[in-house]
Amino acid sequence: MKKLAGFFKGFIKESVLGPLFKLLEASLELIVPLIIADLIDNGIKSGGGDGTYIIRSSLILVALGAIGLGFSVTAQYFAARAACGVTTGMKNALYRHIQTLSYSEIDAIGPSTLISRLTSDSNQVQNGINLTLRLLLRSPFVVFGAMIMAFTIDKRAALTFVVVIPLLSVVVFGIMLGSMPLYKATQTRLDGVLSRTRDALSGARVIRAFCKENDEIQNFKEANDSLTAMQKLVGKISALMNPLTYILINFAIIFLIYIGALRVDIGDLSQGEVVALYNYMCQILVELVKLANLIISITKALASAARIRNVFDTESSMKYGTSVFTGVGSGIVFNNVSLRYNGAGDNSLASVSFTAERGSTIGIIGGTGSGKSSLVNLIPRFYDATDGSITIDGRPISDYTKDSLREKIGIVPQKAVLFSGSIRDNMRWGNKDATDSDILNAIEIAQGASIVEDKGGLDAYIEQGGRNLSGGQRQRLTIARALVKKPDILILDDSASALDYATDANLRSAISRSTDDMTVFIVSQRTSSVMSADKIIVLDDGEVIAIGAHEELLESCSVYKEIYETQFGKEDGANA
Amino acid sequence: MRKSNSTLSKILKYIGKYKFLMLLSALLALVIVALTLYVPILIGNSIDLIIGRGEVDFGGIIKNLTAAGIMILITAVSQWAMTYLNNKVTYQVVRDMRNDAFEKLERLPISYIDSHAKGDVVSRIISDVDHFADGLLLGFTHLFTGILTIVGTLVFMVTISWKIALVVVVLTPLSLFIAKFIGTRTHDMFTLRSKTTGEQTAHIDETVGNQKVVLAFSREDESIEAFEEINARLEKASLKAIFFSSLVNPTTRFVNNVVYAAVALTGAFTAIATAGSSVPFTVGQLSCLLSYTNQYTKPFNEISGVVTEFQNALASAARIFELIEEEDEIPDAPDASVLTNPNGEVSMKDVSFSYTPEKKLIENLNLSVKSGSRIAIVGPTGCGKTTLINLLMRFYDVCGGEISVDGTDIRKITRSSLRKNYGMVLQETWLASGTVRENIAMGRPDATDEEIISAAKASHAHGFIKRMKNGYDTVITGGGESLSQGQRQLISIARIMLALPPMLILDEATSSIDTRTEIKIQEAFSKMMVGRTSFIVAHRLSTIKNADVILVMKDGNIIEQGSHTELLSINGFYKELYESQFKTVK
Repeated sequence: MKKLAGFFKGFIKESVLGPLFKLLEASLELIVPLIIADLIDNGIKSGGGDGTYIIRSSLILVALGAIGLGFSVTAQYFAARAACGVTTGMKNALYRHIQTLSYSEIDAIGPSTLISRLTSDSNQVQNGINLTLRLLLRSPFVVFGAMIMAFTIDKRAALTFVVVIPLLSVVVFGIMLGSMPLYKATQTRLDGVLSRTRDALSGARVIRAFCKENDEIQNFKEANDSLTAMQKLVGKISALMNPLTYILINFAIIFLIYIGALRVDIGDLSQGEVVALYNYMCQILVELVKLANLIISITKALASAARIRNVFDTESSMKYGTSVFTGVGSGIVFNNVSLRYNGAGDNSLASVSFTAERGSTIGIIGGTGSGKSSLVNLIPRFYDATDGSITIDGRPISDYTKDSLREKIGIVPQKAVLFSGSIRDNMRWGNKDATDSDILNAIEIAQGASIVEDKGGLDAYIEQGGRNLSGGQRQRLTIARALVKKPDILILDDSASALDYATDANLRSAISRSTDDMTVFIVSQRTSSVMSADKIIVLDDGEVIAIGAHEELLESCSVYKEIYETQFGKEDGANA
Repeated sequence: MRKSNSTLSKILKYIGKYKFLMLLSALLALVIVALTLYVPILIGNSIDLIIGRGEVDFGGIIKNLTAAGIMILITAVSQWAMTYLNNKVTYQVVRDMRNDAFEKLERLPISYIDSHAKGDVVSRIISDVDHFADGLLLGFTHLFTGILTIVGTLVFMVTISWKIALVVVVLTPLSLFIAKFIGTRTHDMFTLRSKTTGEQTAHIDETVGNQKVVLAFSREDESIEAFEEINARLEKASLKAIFFSSLVNPTTRFVNNVVYAAVALTGAFTAIATAGSSVPFTVGQLSCLLSYTNQYTKPFNEISGVVTEFQNALASAARIFELIEEEDEIPDAPDASVLTNPNGEVSMKDVSFSYTPEKKLIENLNLSVKSGSRIAIVGPTGCGKTTLINLLMRFYDVCGGEISVDGTDIRKITRSSLRKNYGMVLQETWLASGTVRENIAMGRPDATDEEIISAAKASHAHGFIKRMKNGYDTVITGGGESLSQGQRQLISIARIMLALPPMLILDEATSSIDTRTEIKIQEAFSKMMVGRTSFIVAHRLSTIKNADVILVMKDGNIIEQGSHTELLSINGFYKELYESQFKTVK
């Protein structure tokens, strides 16, 4: 936790003052029974004639309350400030740290995990800090304070406290901590019920087509029964809390009064003091229950903090060089490159070798899972090859700086993702300083001019994830976004799949017209997309089975020929 | 109001089963409250017997304390029993409701499932039921005992001293008022905080969710800048919301302290004034009243919480009942026959259908399919291809005309036997939770391992299944989300290759499978289709060229019908569709 403790820097004053004011408030509370005792012994019993003594005592009670209120408000303020400040700093740092991770770490942790670390886990931590600063010191202070005050009144009677406090703690903490894992188990079983419900909805057609309705109902009932059984078990255990604490506290009170009676009888104690002891006993229970609840919150917050720390502990596995990449001079060379993803059982790419000359277009084709995307992801160094080398103009790509690689390589990922904001904002992801004419030009090449027209110009708003665009529109805009960069290397990772054949063809010819020196990689399942490439790499199961131009491959590569024929049909293929 | 009343009566119906337990729980509550209130009196009596040195009545003290001890034990046991009963009733009611709701899901017409957001239905069965349970449990435990405690405390206080009781009754509402005041004032702050949190979550979802794109475009700095800006605003908003809402406890505590002081004051004066009279107000009674004062405000706060919880619970219950009371699918006709080994002659006579009355879809559709023939359906998106399948499987019933299999109107055939005779593979495939093996054997649970494996081989699923961690015993969850769409399609193809039903429906069954595998599966399909009436929907026209009849649909109508070569020769819409696939290739 050391790393996370650093975020308290700058909030030390708040973190100390918060609990301190809470303690002050609590000590005032501890004085109240003494005043009542005094009121009984001196105000009521000894005649108290004119009543000024009583009035004074009551006013002191009110004053104590008012001062306590002031202390408490101050404490809440400092606690809230520290909690908000610390978590804000932590979240900023966490977000920054996430930006430094590379693809491998993102794969390993998963975006949804990262998101929940920044949202729900951070909230848990904030809540934990706030409650800790407010209560962690206060509750034990009141419990032990009450005991100490009891000792100042009467040592023998106070021994009751010494016995009862540990017993109560065992009951309260035992039940709360003991039922925590059961709550978790309940949650797991609820998840089971949840997934059965989801199944019933997403699988409605299949379930009915196979007449499985009654089986599903049966399965649901089983899951539901096991949830109910667990809930009842938890209920049974937590139902013990109130009666047990009630018995302990009240028997302690009975005992206290009996001892008190003995002590009063021999003159060591007054009636008012017995009442004070009684009142101290009553204060203990409330605080112990609060403390136990607090401990549960803290446990949750600590678990969240540990999860957050794990993200901080994950460092990027990639080290970058210092050379600035300015563009391909002669060519990109893959030499016996293999790639195995972290934790995968098998290579995703095995011994891939080829050369891409400057300005050439390379087509990459193969079935699903054949390694096409893996191959192109190696070029901008999203992943590092497990074996073999990738060089540009004879220099390993790991020699280049991260920024220069990213700047010169434009990639259009398979999943066409756009961000909320105007079309212009989205296009400027490629180049912050792009002018409108740069942007329009790129959109024109990407065959997206009609989209801008339809939507009403570059200021048109794109919703999160590009929801208000069709799949084909999104793809064209993501292609344009990469073109705005004016990249030296362009990678299209199956990024025209939602385009019809005509648009796809126009796109490719526009790209080749507008960019003479650009090296282009086109990944596709369609032969029509790659057939005009200078070189086509045919992948199967991570291995290169053939490299060549379209005509050559039709002659020499049966797999390529098969793909081609399935898409064009035998007779049509001949006239295509 | 009417609606919530009827919701309440429906809830009572569910609880009604446990009437006896509820009655018992109420009795226990009564016992608990009475005894809990009586114990301080006994304690107070004992204190009164401790007057000073040599003035202690031990006999009386022991009598009082023994009585208190017994009551404490009874109270504790009753408390446990009551909580246990309340839990039991709540969880059983909740279980019954969930079961009913789920059963309803399986009996609802498909149109309900198609037209309702999945998340909404799920949240009714999961979170609404949970909210309802919380409200119910809280209501049971706090509402009844809370009211009893307030009433009981008042009665006891009045019997001890009506003047002091009056002081308490007048002053305590002050703390409730303050809590409410702060609550309404902080509402805006909480709204601002939730809004800002929402904004931040959206930003995180968007950027961290697409972190790879952010990295690919070196947008790290801009994302950080935007995040920190929102985060700074969130810090301010949270600070305000947290701080101001945290004022409730200290202020109400202050009010309670004032009440406490007021009781002490009036109590002390009463004690002095009545000292020596026939009914003196004693120190024991004062200490008893002080402890009541501490107790008295607690149920108020609890009840106000219960009331909001209970309103939420009612709203949730209404949403659950809405689902439970949906109309079932029209049941099978009483004289419905069971379809066994059909020849597979399918005919449609003057069929018309629409999802909504305003928007006509299919009208006067006529079609006659010979046993064992292969029917391909093509046409642009939204032309009614999938609707036709919905009608064949009786996921929806026709609005007019009739569909028959082997001459029997399908409305006079039991749904289960009709559906069992169709093998269906859809574009959006779904796998059941369970092992791969169970999924393949869905249509024939008694199949042997050899049969399952050979079906998987025929559908080319065997290869990737073998590579999975536990092979055929790999457990699939969440509809198969860990598999690719293509792999899911392969498994659902294996399902029907194993079941071999007499009629087939393939709706874009191979759309996510790469073309080479697709070709191989097509071969297997071709073999399977021999002698089986088959309906095939596909967008890749090359895959349906061999069909006996191709139906070309547009806007809900069959506009052309015939074999591939016939359709090409009439130079119509089909030819246009067919050529559009190839015309742009250079």
